[in-house]
Amino acid sequence: MDKPYAITLDVGSSLANKTGAWRTNRPVYLDRLPPCNHACPAGENIQGWLYHAESGDYEAAWRALTEDNPFPAIMGRVCYHPCETSCNRGKVDEPVGINSVERFLGDEALKRGWTFSPPKAESGKRVLIVGAGPSGLSAAYHLRRLGHGVKIVEAGPLTGGMMRFGIPKYRLPRDVLDGEVQRILDMGVELELNSKVTNIVETMSAGHFDAAFLAVGAHIAKRAYIPAGEAAHMLDAVSVLRSMEGEEKPMLGRRVVVYGGGNTALDVARTAKRLGATEAIIVYRRTREKMPAHDFEIEEALQEGVLIKWLSTIKNMADEGTLTVEKMALDATGFPQPTGEFETLEADSLVLALGQDVDLSLLDGVPGLDIKDGTVQVGRNMMTGHAGIFAGGDMVPSERTVTVGVGHGKKAARHIHAWLSGNTYAPAPKHELATFDMLNPWYFSDAPKTMRPLLELARRTSTFEEVVGGLTEDNALFEARRCMSCGNCFECDNCYGVCPDNAVIKLGPGKRFEFNFDYCKGCGICVSECPCGAIKMVPETN
Amino acid sequence: MIKFYQTGTFTVGNRLLKEDQRAVQADMHRTNSLNSGHRACQGCGEALGARYAIDAAMQATGNQLIAVNATGCLEVFSTPYPETSWQIPWIHSLFGNAAAVASGVAAAQRVLGHTSTRVIAQGGDGGTTDIGFGCLSGMFERNDDVLYICYDNEAYMNTGVQRSSATPPAARTATTPALGPSPGNVFGTGKNVPRIAMAHGIPYVATASVSNLRDLERKVKVAMGIHGARYIHIFVPCPLGWGSASEDTIKIARLAVETGLFPLFEAQDGEVTASTPIRHKVPVAEYLKLQKRYAHLFRNPPDLQRIAQIQMMADRNIDKFGLLH
Repeated sequence: MDKPYAITLDVGSSLANKTGAWRTNRPVYLDRLPPCNHACPAGENIQGWLYHAESGDYEAAWRALTEDNPFPAIMGRVCYHPCETSCNRGKVDEPVGINSVERFLGDEALKRGWTFSPPKAESGKRVLIVGAGPSGLSAAYHLRRLGHGVKIVEAGPLTGGMMRFGIPKYRLPRDVLDGEVQRILDMGVELELNSKVTNIVETMSAGHFDAAFLAVGAHIAKRAYIPAGEAAHMLDAVSVLRSMEGEEKPMLGRRVVVYGGGNTALDVARTAKRLGATEAIIVYRRTREKMPAHDFEIEEALQEGVLIKWLSTIKNMADEGTLTVEKMALDATGFPQPTGEFETLEADSLVLALGQDVDLSLLDGVPGLDIKDGTVQVGRNMMTGHAGIFAGGDMVPSERTVTVGVGHGKKAARHIHAWLSGNTYAPAPKHELATFDMLNPWYFSDAPKTMRPLLELARRTSTFEEVVGGLTEDNALFEARRCMSCGNCFECDNCYGVCPDNAVIKLGPGKRFEFNFDYCKGCGICVSECPCGAIKMVPETN
Repeated sequence: MIKFYQTGTFTVGNRLLKEDQRAVQADMHRTNSLNSGHRACQGCGEALGARYAIDAAMQATGNQLIAVNATGCLEVFSTPYPETSWQIPWIHSLFGNAAAVASGVAAAQRVLGHTSTRVIAQGGDGGTTDIGFGCLSGMFERNDDVLYICYDNEAYMNTGVQRSSATPPAARTATTPALGPSPGNVFGTGKNVPRIAMAHGIPYVATASVSNLRDLERKVKVAMGIHGARYIHIFVPCPLGWGSASEDTIKIARLAVETGLFPLFEAQDGEVTASTPIRHKVPVAEYLKLQKRYAHLFRNPPDLQRIAQIQMMADRNIDKFGLLH
């Protein structure tokens, strides 16, 4: 024994003391569902692609995005971004400008010529897609990626569906639309234009198709009976917007009245302004709060000088263009009721924007189909009552937006793929939602949303140039970095740093962390201090 | 140029920053000077603060560091015979003499010609502001080459939560029970050791908090770049003594800073030179409510007068140190 004075034992390390035995709760790393992803009708992994954009790797971000949606440049212009409405950052300052970053990535891809790779192997199966709108094109893209032969048959002269014939150029420039559609066709998707499918079952058997996806949209304008003189100039919104794509622009005159309260009504009124109308008046029977059009579109239209007459219905239109308008009042249930009070409005033309119906003639005589309220009923797997025929987009019951259509296309493609292989597709169970109270927002730097520059108002109303500008690279990077990565570890090292017991092991870049349960006492500081809510405490079971 | 980095330097690391711009605590190969297996309570602020400070000092000195420890929780939980959690040369003598022992260790290093070896003395608020106060003042006035770090958890926690001269007004301890007409610790008592240290005119004095890691690490680094007597006073919540949830340790420390109750500042040669701004000002009740030692202020009806007095203390700090930039 050769030890210093009063020392009888060798010096040992406290590592012998396994303090993990004290623990009654244990921390667990997990991925939660960010609210943006949860809200996206196209099922994009938004937090996932923003993560790549944050580090400036835009191609990786674009590739992650296009796993779910092949149209970032289109989405970045026409999507109503429910992701931003649900963004947790909105509770700190303002939501992340997801839509503008998406557009930046889409534009960057078009500029740099990034392409989709063709499938590695062919399945040998053939799928017929009817309609080259957002839903059909999305399904074509996803099916082609899965190796299936895809043919799109489109009744119109051009691709894009309502993206071309319903959305004005100032919202979606046609070179952007053409660029993103072409990239899908380049994967080896067959396209036949100007060809209307009149009998789906016959077309399928004639072309030896194993399955079909119908996405013909809703192109037939709804009419309302309005007594009108013979010379009264009455049109419908669908044909006005469609004729904007041809040589002959619609003749609307100087005073244009639009009847309806949806986004289409606003599109027509704003288009009329651009065609030279001095007055574009929207007549809508309810109030602004009840208007189905999106608020920012109402705001932009008002800024451009579009007038809106709330709580009004049109009773008749006389030959010389005099409209009789009845004032309405909301009753206790919020429904507009006539008041018997009338006024007149001078108009060179009246455009009805009262919604659209689906042309279901291609389904005549197909057994097993269930058609309700003018739409085709589909199951959870997007299949109609007729085996092998799937449907999506505006022709099935849904919210009629481009993004919902794109989401239907993806979902249908997955189910068609499973059906063709004799399986059923079961989506992975959803993670629990990452709500704001699970975050520790203190750690995020304060930063305002970078607003997309708006074109000068004067320029906007006289031309069909794009209204909303894009972000620069600097702005886009800044905006992406405002993401709080809700529910998903972004390797900030907080858990590793704040553990009083060194019980968090850092595994290195991209590999995240793990707990050393020999020493973790279960204090829970890592959970409290995780900025993004990617750790939770669970009771110890033994 | 983009200056925005998502979490900036608020988080321990940040993948968008270069490695050398991240905290010492983000380093996969940090020293872990105070190793796992120590017997501090769950969520101990002092264990965390000590590792933060000593790891930063180790990096700043190229691992040429000796630590002297006063008696207290930190000493007891880290070195139950024959085990030690310390991965650095470490010595403990008595409750009150850490500053004097450190002065001696520093002198010995000088005599031995170990010019690069630096010395830190550390203790809790009991060993610093009460029992070791004479030795501390002596170390200061002689300007001995020692950094003294006080881990302030505002009472004698190791022996059962007795009041110290760092216990704040109204706080309940075993010796200041929440009884009678003015429950808890008496207003107008206690001492402010950072300001007493400044009065010695020593080269560097700073306050720091476990809630502001980057600020804490920077101050330790600055201190290790200076010779002579230096003092850093670190705010370390104690879940056991304060009656707070173990997971709230950093949150409580953050609230102490954000209310203004614990101002973060630096002083050189006796003058305040800088303060760390409050990011989002919070009323003191938010801080007090999380701790059972203040529970008597929030009975029905709440003790609005004493809460207001505490708010005044916070507001005075905000004014004095210019905490709202």
